[in-house]
Amino acid sequence: MRGPSFLESIEAACPGAVVGSQLEALDPWIEIAPARIAEVCQWLKSRAEPRFDSLQCITAVDWLETDPKKAAKVSWQPHLEMVYHLWSTPARSSLVLKVKLPRWSGDVAGHLPEIPSVTGVWRTADWHEREVYDLSGVSFSGHPDLRRILCPEDWVGYPLRKDYEMPMEYHGIRCR
Amino acid sequence: MPDLIEDDPRIIEFDVRTDEMLVNMGPQHPSTHGVLRLVLRTDGEIVSETEPHIGYLHRCAEKIGENLTPRQWIPYTDRLDYLAAMNMNLGWALTVEKLMRHEVGEKARHLRVLIAELNRISSHLVGMGAYGLDLGTFSPFLYAFRERERILDLFEEACGARLTYSYITVGGATADLPPGWLQRCEAFLDQFEPIIKEYHALLTTNAIFVKRTAGIGVLSRAMAIDYGCSGPVLRGSGVDQDLRRDGESLYTGMYDGYAFEVAVQKEGRYPRDHSYPTVPSEAVLGDCWHRFFVRMLEVVQSMDLVRQAIDRYAACPEPLPEPLKLFEKLPVGDAYLETEAPKGQMGFYVVGNGTSIPWRVRARSSSFSNLSVTHELCRGCLIADVPAIVGSLDIVMGEIDR
Repeated sequence: MRGPSFLESIEAACPGAVVGSQLEALDPWIEIAPARIAEVCQWLKSRAEPRFDSLQCITAVDWLETDPKKAAKVSWQPHLEMVYHLWSTPARSSLVLKVKLPRWSGDVAGHLPEIPSVTGVWRTADWHEREVYDLSGVSFSGHPDLRRILCPEDWVGYPLRKDYEMPMEYHGIRCR
Repeated sequence: MPDLIEDDPRIIEFDVRTDEMLVNMGPQHPSTHGVLRLVLRTDGEIVSETEPHIGYLHRCAEKIGENLTPRQWIPYTDRLDYLAAMNMNLGWALTVEKLMRHEVGEKARHLRVLIAELNRISSHLVGMGAYGLDLGTFSPFLYAFRERERILDLFEEACGARLTYSYITVGGATADLPPGWLQRCEAFLDQFEPIIKEYHALLTTNAIFVKRTAGIGVLSRAMAIDYGCSGPVLRGSGVDQDLRRDGESLYTGMYDGYAFEVAVQKEGRYPRDHSYPTVPSEAVLGDCWHRFFVRMLEVVQSMDLVRQAIDRYAACPEPLPEPLKLFEKLPVGDAYLETEAPKGQMGFYVVGNGTSIPWRVRARSSSFSNLSVTHELCRGCLIADVPAIVGSLDIVMGEIDR
């Protein structure tokens, strides 16, 4: 199911959406173009076999090495990686989708990278996307209610970014 | 009818029009199970909108995980679902083992089943007792805590802690069970088994309890899946899914050879319903009563599993393997694994980059998704039913806010 034939069927349904894949990984994954993620998810949910009717988790991983010595050695460029874990209740199988995003939109610090929201596909994505927005700083276009969920509404910064620095104080409370 | 003038005292009778009002429930409200704040938009007694506000218990667990080795993060997993800390330890340990392609031996496998199922019983006991409190009856809470205390005693003997165990760890468990522990565990089960009847008399078949829960907060099958609900909430809606049977082979392998039936209603019948109270006629599949009942069935199911695990564990002569080193290097790559914790599917995601400290740690909790469905369930219900609905989801704020 996760083999090359599955990859081809996505490619056939959404031409140009698949930009990479790693089928030999521990959890085989497929990389999707950022603008196409909602469309691919909608197709995965509506197809007959297997129907990915449930979303387990949305994660953002910040790939940024803050130590300049180590940064010179790493093989990747700084970026954000979105990981979608899908689950099919009838087929009892999972699927991993990944999307690469720039850390900041247009490389301007503070401008959040944007990705289409999958709230319209699975309702559970609502809170998961709010959490990713809150902690990792990704803006979801088309999200009905994009605001912070775990941090206070007036919190500054995105704590799960690797270059995040804890503020000295918050409303008179010492933070560090 | 004569015309009414403003000073007429009878005007009050005609002025019972209610206004829309915002009611703040929590974060200190006792029936919100911790620090959850619900903002209710009400019209009289009817709730038209519910907005949960979470994050009061946010402790940056994921960020802390990026600065510790997996074994050092085990105590932090205790504090996710602190009522089922063993299951949290297990979920994280298995995820890291998956990434490292490490397999624990037979003895550790049976020990894990034994401990995890025992913790499931204690978690469901709290769920049951606290649910009684939500609905205004105090005694079931005392009954539940009486038995839970004995499980905590057993855990204390095994690992020294009563709530935050850090017992199951990457590569096995921190220590083997002390001598005589299995006999004491069996003695507890023998004593516990007949007591379950009391719970059913106190709550399951109690006329007031049935009136308060049957037909309240009905969660349809499709909505449960769409909102990513899991565990007893999902099974209470009639979805036949239990990761102990349907999950990844790495996890189901742990339960290989164990006999158990998933607690879900199939063709109008629950497994074991021959020896159990019958489903009341008012109950609708997916309502608060069914969610509660699934938990009660799982208590018995877990008891069976514990008995099976005791025999298998005792039959393993080899010593328990040493857990992995504290600073064991993680391979490059990522792994995601969901396990069936008492409250639902607990997922952990770990990204390794060749050092002993993970690059990214993610905990996806079941209560987080289960709570997100409240606004759908509470639409149009009475204010008094809000605690009944939220309580039936059996949430723990520790794993929602992380």
